[in-house]
Amino acid sequence: MPEVTLIEALRQAMDEELERDDRVFITGEDVGQRGGVFRATVGLFEKYGAERVIDSPLAELSIVAVGIGAALAGMRPICEIQFADYIFPAFNQIVNEAALVYYRTNGEYNVPMVIRAPYGGGIGGGLYHSQSVEAFFAHAPGLKIVIPSNPYDAKGLLKAAVRDPNPVMVFEPKKGYRLIRGEVPDHEYTVPIGLSEVTRKGDDLTVYAYGMMHYYTLQAAEMVAQQDGIQCEVVDIRTLVPLDKETVLNSFKKTGKALIVYEDNRFLGYGAELAAILSDEAFEYMDGPIRRLAGPDVPGVPFAHTMQDFFMPSPEKIAHAIRELAAY
Amino acid sequence: MVTNLETSQQIDDAGIDLETKTLLEMYWQMVRARRLDERTWVLHRQGKIAFHISGIGHEGVQVGAAMALRRGYDYAHLYYRDLAFALVLGYTPREWMLSVFGKEGEPTSGARQMPSHWSNKKQGIMPASSPVATQVPQAAGMALASKLRGEDRVTLVSLGEGSTSEGDFYEGLNWAGVHKLPMICLVENNIYAISVPMHLQMAVPNVADRAPMFGIEGVVVDGNDVLASYRAIKEALERARSGGGPTLVEAKTYRPVPHSSDDDDRTYRSRDEVEEWKKRDAIKRFETYLLDKGILSGDMIEEIEGRVRLEVDEAQAAAEAAPYPPAENALFPVYAPADEA
Ligand SMILES: Cc1ncc(C[n+]2csc(CCOP(=O)(O)OP(=O)(O)O)c2C)c(N)n1
Ligand SMILES: [Mg+2]
Repeated sequence: MPEVTLIEALRQAMDEELERDDRVFITGEDVGQRGGVFRATVGLFEKYGAERVIDSPLAELSIVAVGIGAALAGMRPICEIQFADYIFPAFNQIVNEAALVYYRTNGEYNVPMVIRAPYGGGIGGGLYHSQSVEAFFAHAPGLKIVIPSNPYDAKGLLKAAVRDPNPVMVFEPKKGYRLIRGEVPDHEYTVPIGLSEVTRKGDDLTVYAYGMMHYYTLQAAEMVAQQDGIQCEVVDIRTLVPLDKETVLNSFKKTGKALIVYEDNRFLGYGAELAAILSDEAFEYMDGPIRRLAGPDVPGVPFAHTMQDFFMPSPEKIAHAIRELAAY
Repeated sequence: MVTNLETSQQIDDAGIDLETKTLLEMYWQMVRARRLDERTWVLHRQGKIAFHISGIGHEGVQVGAAMALRRGYDYAHLYYRDLAFALVLGYTPREWMLSVFGKEGEPTSGARQMPSHWSNKKQGIMPASSPVATQVPQAAGMALASKLRGEDRVTLVSLGEGSTSEGDFYEGLNWAGVHKLPMICLVENNIYAISVPMHLQMAVPNVADRAPMFGIEGVVVDGNDVLASYRAIKEALERARSGGGPTLVEAKTYRPVPHSSDDDDRTYRSRDEVEEWKKRDAIKRFETYLLDKGILSGDMIEEIEGRVRLEVDEAQAAAEAAPYPPAENALFPVYAPADEA
């Protein structure tokens, strides 16, 4: 199997879906001739033309709304938001429109569209190129949300998202775009939406994470295994909504201890819901406090690298939190 | 090749009555912004800084507009290209260097924001963010405040032509039109939004053509002509101060450098096009004009360049010597205390 970067896996997924289904098209800022500011759509404009890889005006509300309209009229749009930080002009269209259409029409209309957006910090992007926005959207039933942590899942989940009859948001860990490499099969495959995955076996405690934090968590798990003999189980959430409760709960029932890692602000972040589910549905297995390691509750990830590093969870910080919890 | 405008090599000084001193200040400000900007590109190439978003090419419109304002009195809500604009309003090369290095003492955000996010209460510079066009309806609010207080203060808000696609632009100018607000919306049209050319952004040839839909004045000006830009903003200011309402000023210009240090403009435009535009460079044009008029001489240019180089050198040295902010500064300030209410 060839090894590719996470962003190349995403590009392949879009290429294959454009090839497979005439109804699929891409729109977003700079996605055409430039191939996206991160180069996720590079080559697709040349291959499929300006009618299927459309440079949108600089206006996120309409990128999403045009996607919704096209989806309602039978197309399969993939809408790129250049940075997750810039998704908010489209918030109304996503949470009041895309999320609600199926429910409000009693199932007559559905909105089969994909919204892709790079998210996350640690890239020197400051307050407006570092945000994690998943919690806002995870709060709105009707949307599906996936966050891949490796190339295999990135490709398989994005292809599944294109084929899903619902609005699916794909948040992509941009720091990992070129950093995270992995094998992707030559043959056609998808990764089903709605399944989490145990990516490391262990008995001492479970660490839950997704996206870039999952990548760091695997590194931290190796560190504590070698240095402290602590064996972590690691669960890659992968699909945030709908949550694979079975996988999440089963691991906790085995280890009795949970550390949840996310890079969003701690308060009311996605990990808060995971913690609530664990304490509610697996209380009798609990063998220690359910811990969260997340960003501090400040308005953004600062630019200066000293402050940025202070904000961001890292393999070292995760290892530290694992040791503390293991010792409990 | 994208050429939606014909800017000449000339300077249009019709009706301009400025003292020699002021003309030379304009020239110095343009050169100063250019050299500071060029040095920042060098620092990026040397790997000393991580990011730069440049104002090169826009100095004509920015210096012309800023010099027309009542500095420190009028409000300016600027965008990331406006280095020259901010410098005229009182921002310093030293502050800029602290910002690009992300060092302690950076005054606009305490190094929390990326560079080019201007903010200075004393200088009337409103606090900028990164999501484009959000400043336009806010500017309507600032102009509304001036109107309600009965002041003759004007709010100037700037943005790029691509950013006029956002709903914020329409909502802001609609308010300005309905309430005849003392406001100038300055669109620095460099015909690209990163890679996206203007014709994929709008189906009209001029941003200013949209003014009638807001019931306001629309003006197109050559943004590479500092005096024409000065005059256009001066007229719009007079209209606003005398209760005549807002003006949408579109300055045609060009960005001869990549969108930012993360961009590669070779992927979307030809070198010929860029070279063609460099011939209309605002600084060269103004320099030729001043030389022709006998206002400027070779010796004076040398003196100005030397003075600017010294200022840029000192600014860089000060920033390189400064410490990084303490990590814990990330934790504050989040809420203003009661005594700031
Ligand atoms: C809401 C929002 N969407 C996307 C971006 C990313 N972005 C930054 S600058 C830019 C292009 C702006 O072009 P234009 O308005 O023409 O200004 P210019 O950079 O050409 O001066 C884009 C898409 C952003 N900052 N904000
Ligand atoms: Mg532009």
